[in-house]
Amino acid sequence: MSPITFGRETMNWFRKRSSTPLWQDEFSVFTADERYVTRRQFSKFLTLTSFGMVVGNLWILAKSLLHRETAYPRVVVAGVEEIPVGGVKIFNYPTSNDPCILVRIASDNFVAYSQKCTHLSCAVYFEKEQNRLECPCHQGFFSITDGSVLQGPPQRPLPRVALEKRDGQLVAIGMLRESV
Amino acid sequence: MNTNPPQNRGLTAIDGAMVLIVILLMVQIWLLSATLESYLAGHRDAAVPGAIISLILFGACFALYRFIDRVDSEVRKH
Repeated sequence: MSPITFGRETMNWFRKRSSTPLWQDEFSVFTADERYVTRRQFSKFLTLTSFGMVVGNLWILAKSLLHRETAYPRVVVAGVEEIPVGGVKIFNYPTSNDPCILVRIASDNFVAYSQKCTHLSCAVYFEKEQNRLECPCHQGFFSITDGSVLQGPPQRPLPRVALEKRDGQLVAIGMLRESV
Repeated sequence: MNTNPPQNRGLTAIDGAMVLIVILLMVQIWLLSATLESYLAGHRDAAVPGAIISLILFGACFALYRFIDRVDSEVRKH
């Protein structure tokens, strides 16, 4: 890359002007200097990695600043009497690529969660005897009452589907992503 | 009297600075993963302090790199 000229001054892109040529600075002819060169290059690599971490954090910041609340559709999931107590129904919400699980945990209490485990997206299922949601891939367990992590590698709770009872039917009205 | 030759003293200073950079980088990696987990869990408040702290840590890493660069060029002049 050719240097840029500003007035009478010549500026280099990445390196201060020096009497030592770049090749000699980076690949010294003196054996004793080799330890310095390798250490300096390694620390340059570490500093660039540190810059990569900053870029990652700034990306998250930009995503959170530009975040918009998603408008969720209203979808009829099941009839209230369709599922017995302890019964389960699998449905897709909000899109056909988002599997969810609906569980009737009491006669008047229904809960629904995304079926994708927050660890590596395996499908969770309802374990009736233990009264919890289980991920068979890595033994991650979630509370059936609020979707929080009980045990295992997942760090985040399952996203919950907001339900509404209307005319004897259960209607999905949105996703609650706030952790509990 | 310090009998350690300048070449070795320079190397010791560079090694110390490199260890510090590695420690700062490990904190940054943890910070990024924690901020990402928090963001994915729906907590967007952690993004601003995460970015500011990460920027400060990068500044410290860069200052240490400049220190290494200076020690390197000074020692190799002799």
